[in-house]
Amino acid sequence: MQNRLGPNRVGPFGIFQTIADLFKLLFKELIPIKDADSFLFNLAPFIVIIASFMAIAAIPFAKGLHAIDLNIGVLYVIAVSAMGVIGVLLAGWSSNNKYSLIGAMRSGAQIVSYELSVGLALITIVIMAGSMQLSVIVEAQRDGWFIFKGHIPAFIAFVIFLISSTAETNRGPFDLAEAESELTAGYHTEYSGIKFAFFFLAEYINMFIVASIAATVFLGGWMPFHVGHWGGFNQVMDFIPPFIWYIGKTFFVIFLMMWFKWTFPRLRIDQLLTLEWKYLLPINLVNVLIMAFIVLMGWHF
Amino acid sequence: MASNQIMFILFAAMIVVFSILTVTTRKILRAATYLLFVLVSTSGLYFMLNYQFLAAVQLTLYAGGIVVLIIFSILLTSHISQNFESSGWKKNIFSALAAIIGAILSIVTILDYSFSATTQAAQEVDMRLIGKSLLSVEYDGYVLPFEVISVLLLAAMVAAIVIAKKGAPKKTVLPNLNQE
Repeated sequence: MQNRLGPNRVGPFGIFQTIADLFKLLFKELIPIKDADSFLFNLAPFIVIIASFMAIAAIPFAKGLHAIDLNIGVLYVIAVSAMGVIGVLLAGWSSNNKYSLIGAMRSGAQIVSYELSVGLALITIVIMAGSMQLSVIVEAQRDGWFIFKGHIPAFIAFVIFLISSTAETNRGPFDLAEAESELTAGYHTEYSGIKFAFFFLAEYINMFIVASIAATVFLGGWMPFHVGHWGGFNQVMDFIPPFIWYIGKTFFVIFLMMWFKWTFPRLRIDQLLTLEWKYLLPINLVNVLIMAFIVLMGWHF
Repeated sequence: MASNQIMFILFAAMIVVFSILTVTTRKILRAATYLLFVLVSTSGLYFMLNYQFLAAVQLTLYAGGIVVLIIFSILLTSHISQNFESSGWKKNIFSALAAIIGAILSIVTILDYSFSATTQAAQEVDMRLIGKSLLSVEYDGYVLPFEVISVLLLAAMVAAIVIAKKGAPKKTVLPNLNQE
């Protein structure tokens, strides 16, 4: 994607670089900020990271490989990941820095509005699956992934989910919250050492969560790729372990999101809000209706 | 002591402590944060009761929605160095009285109600059941409150738009923070 090698001195081909980076971040000095609200300043990274880890708990990695299988799985993930934005807002405000504040405001406006699209896109599929339990949703895709079963509306929902979840995780082209050319680093400008690493880590965990929700809900989770009545082909596919399927699909979605980031230029804040409120949300609402109609008429596969 | 008793005491203590902190702190954003902790602990109680739907709704609506809006408006209006002056003793006494009377009233009501213990397993509340009872017109149905709330929300939205539109001709009312 990027046509560059990256750090390659630590271990063979640099595979231990991340571990070295982790140690570096752990040992770095935590710079206390004068005139900052130190309680909120220290609390904010923890809220962000706790929200991310709580969402991971509900994700089915393979059959039975599930920390908690709530019967409202989808709603739980939406609810918990909504908490992350509070950490971002607190971080921006308590840093007592204008760049941070503006970054936090942008991030707040962006996450609050794109959450709607994420939720509605997931609801489209929940209508089809008839359940919010993630394990049931995966099980319902045994004979075909929802993106194929639900054809047109499911595909629209998938595209909307990709766009809005990229925005929700503050990744490019929607990374105005930390637009380095305007805001140095946005809401985490003042953070250093491991506290900064928490924000950084939470962003990548969020990307992983979003990708795995996309994989679970639209692409069949850990279910192998099955085509109708091709018995032989299906059996060959069954030999690939479910965990590999799951990881493969998740990395495919992450690849798509990286692709976005390096392809499109960054949006302006008004363009960003216009995209959500004037295009994605109406399309999404109509799409939910279409999906309900199709399910009622039995026009899906 | 059973583990769920310990969890209950933990959540209850968190709710009490953070509720008191919410009203006694002099920094407005800290108050909002303590309020967030109160709401999250309440949803923890719901999770303990195995009523996951309500817990998730509590998290999305209150923690994810209302607290975010409160924090957002604080971010727009107040500065970090701003502290509230402490309210006078008259106000303190009367608000304490109001709080104590409210607490006594609810405690008396709760003690008055005879809770019948049951050995039945907790009922699984699934999406289908919730959806059906929200839209049912039977004895246990919630269609009337559901519709009343939707009318209320519509009215609130219309009102918000009207208020937002008011300043439209005079363009210089509010500088847009995000575009600076």
